[in-house]
Amino acid sequence: MTEAATLTSNKTLLSVNNIEVIYDHVILVLKGVSLEVPEQGIVALLGANGAGKTTTLKAISNLLRAERGDITKGSIEFEGKRIDTLTSAQLVQQGVIQVMEGRHCFEHLTVEENLLTGAYTRRDGNAAINRDLELVYSYFPRLKKRNRAQAGYTSGGEQQMVAIGRALMSRPKMILLDEPSMGLAPQLVEEIFENVARLNRDEGVTFLLAEQNTNIALRYANHGYILENGRVVLDGSAAELRENTDVKEFYLGISEGQRINFRDVKHYRRRKRWLT
Amino acid sequence: MTFFIEVVLSGLMAGVMYSLVALGFVLIFKASGIFNFAQGVMALFAALTLVGLMEKFGFPIWLAIIGTIAVMIALAWLIERVMLRHLVNQEPIILFMATIGLAYVLEGMGDILWGSDVKVLDLGIPQGASDWMLDSFDIYIEKLEVFAAVTAAILVAFLAVFFQKTRIGRALRAVADDHQAALSVGISLHTIWVIVWSVAGIVALVAGIMWGSKSGVQFSLSLIALKALPVLILGGFTSVPGAIIGGMIIGVGEKVAEVYVGPFVGGAIENWFAYMLALVFLLFRPQGLFGEKIIERV
Repeated sequence: MTEAATLTSNKTLLSVNNIEVIYDHVILVLKGVSLEVPEQGIVALLGANGAGKTTTLKAISNLLRAERGDITKGSIEFEGKRIDTLTSAQLVQQGVIQVMEGRHCFEHLTVEENLLTGAYTRRDGNAAINRDLELVYSYFPRLKKRNRAQAGYTSGGEQQMVAIGRALMSRPKMILLDEPSMGLAPQLVEEIFENVARLNRDEGVTFLLAEQNTNIALRYANHGYILENGRVVLDGSAAELRENTDVKEFYLGISEGQRINFRDVKHYRRRKRWLT
Repeated sequence: MTFFIEVVLSGLMAGVMYSLVALGFVLIFKASGIFNFAQGVMALFAALTLVGLMEKFGFPIWLAIIGTIAVMIALAWLIERVMLRHLVNQEPIILFMATIGLAYVLEGMGDILWGSDVKVLDLGIPQGASDWMLDSFDIYIEKLEVFAAVTAAILVAFLAVFFQKTRIGRALRAVADDHQAALSVGISLHTIWVIVWSVAGIVALVAGIMWGSKSGVQFSLSLIALKALPVLILGGFTSVPGAIIGGMIIGVGEKVAEVYVGPFVGGAIENWFAYMLALVFLLFRPQGLFGEKIIERV
C-alpha cells in the first residue's frame, strides 16, 4: 500500500518509449520496450538470460554504441528531455549512471582511486568530492578499510561495493544497476540490496535495476517489469507481481498444486504475452 | 677499471636513448592497449617538423619547439578522428595494422612536407666529450648523452606525477584497465585518446631531438623503433619505469657484450644482443620486469 502511494505521488523521472535495439545492423534484441521510472523509485527489470535487460539499461546509458548497438526506433526521456542522442559522458553529467554487470572495477587502481574516477565529470571542486568520498565510506565501511588495496585483489562483494560507490561519486539522480547479485553469496546480496534501499531512502537516488534474482528484486523494488525475448510481457507493482501466479510459477519457483508440464508451459506462455 | 666504467656509462647513456622511444610505446599501450608501430616514425616526423620549421621558416628554437608540439597535438587529434574513432571495440591486431598504415602515411607526409635529405639538427645542445669528466675522472663521456639522460629523468618524473596524481592521469589509467567501465563513469574515450597520443607525440619529439642531434635527422631514424621493442619486452609494455630500466639494461648489456665477448665471436654482438635478451625474457618472464601482472581471480 505504501509502495503504491510513493509511486503515484512522484512524477516520472525516466520514460522509455517503445525502443527497438539492433546490434551490428542485423540482430534485433529489443522489439519495442516501454517503461517508466518514477522519481525516487526502485524499479526492477526482470527476466531470464537474453531477455534484453542489460540491453535496455545500456540503451538508456548509451553504452550501446561502444558495442555496435543502435536504437532504431522509439525514444528515451529523462526529466522530460530526450536523452537518446547524448553520449554516456553527457548522461553522467545529467545524473544518469550505469553500474555494469560483472562490476567492472579498474583492477590496477586502488579502491579509493576507483571511487575517485566516478567523480571524473564533476566540476564542483575537491572539497565536495572528498565529502562524497566520506559519504560512500559511511555506506560501505569495508571500502574504507581497504582503500589502498588494488581493486583487482578485493573480493566480489567488495568489488560490487566499489562499483556502486564509484557510481555514487558522480552524484547521480539515477543509477542503472545491472545484476548486482551476480556471483555473490546470499548474505552479501542482502547487504547490497539493503544499501540500495538506504541510498534510495536517504540520498533520494532513483534505481532501475536488472535482476535475475526475482525474489530479492521484488522485495526491494516498488515496481517491476518482466522482459521476455526483448519485449515487456508483464508489469505491475512489486506486490502485485509477487502475487501473480505466472510470476510465482516461472520466476519465483513457487508452484500452486501440481507442476506444469514443460509443453504446457510453452503453450501457456504464448497465450499470456502482451499483457500490457 | 676506468675502461669498464666508461663502457658501462656509455651503455647507460645509449640505453636512455632507447628508453625515450620505448616510453612513447608504453604510454599508448597503457591507455589503449594499442601497440603503436608508428612511434618511431612519430619521432622522425617530430624531428623533421622541428628542423623544417627552423630552416624553412626561420623560427627561433623555442618557437619551433612550441610549433612542433602544436603539430604533434594536432596530429593526435587527427589520428583519433580519422583512425581510432572508427576502430572502437576492434581486435588489438586490427588496431596494430592500422598503426602500421599510420607509420607509412607519416613517413610519406614527412617526405613530402620537408624533403628526404639528411638534415642537421642543432639546438645548441652541448656536443662532444665532457671535459670535466675527462679531467677529473679520466672517463670519456658525451655531453649530449648526459643531456639526454637528464631530459629523460625530468620527463619520467613529470609523467609519473601526471599519471599518479592528476584527475586526467587517473582517468588514463582507468581507461587502460577497462574501456567499458571508463565509459560508464563518463570518461570520454575520444578525449583520453587525444591526450595520450599528444603526450606520446611530445615524448616522440624529445626522442627525435636527441637522436636527431646525435646522428642527424634522417629517415633511418624511424628504425630505432625496432630497438625499442626488446626494451619493452624487458621492461614490460605497461610500465614507465620498466621502459627506462629496460633501456638501460639493454644499453649496458649491448656495450659490455660487444667489448668483452665480441672479440671471441667475431664482434657485431651489439646488433643482435638486445633481441636475444628479449627472447630469453619472453621465455621466462613474458610480462617483463615491471609489467602489470594480469590479475585473475576465480
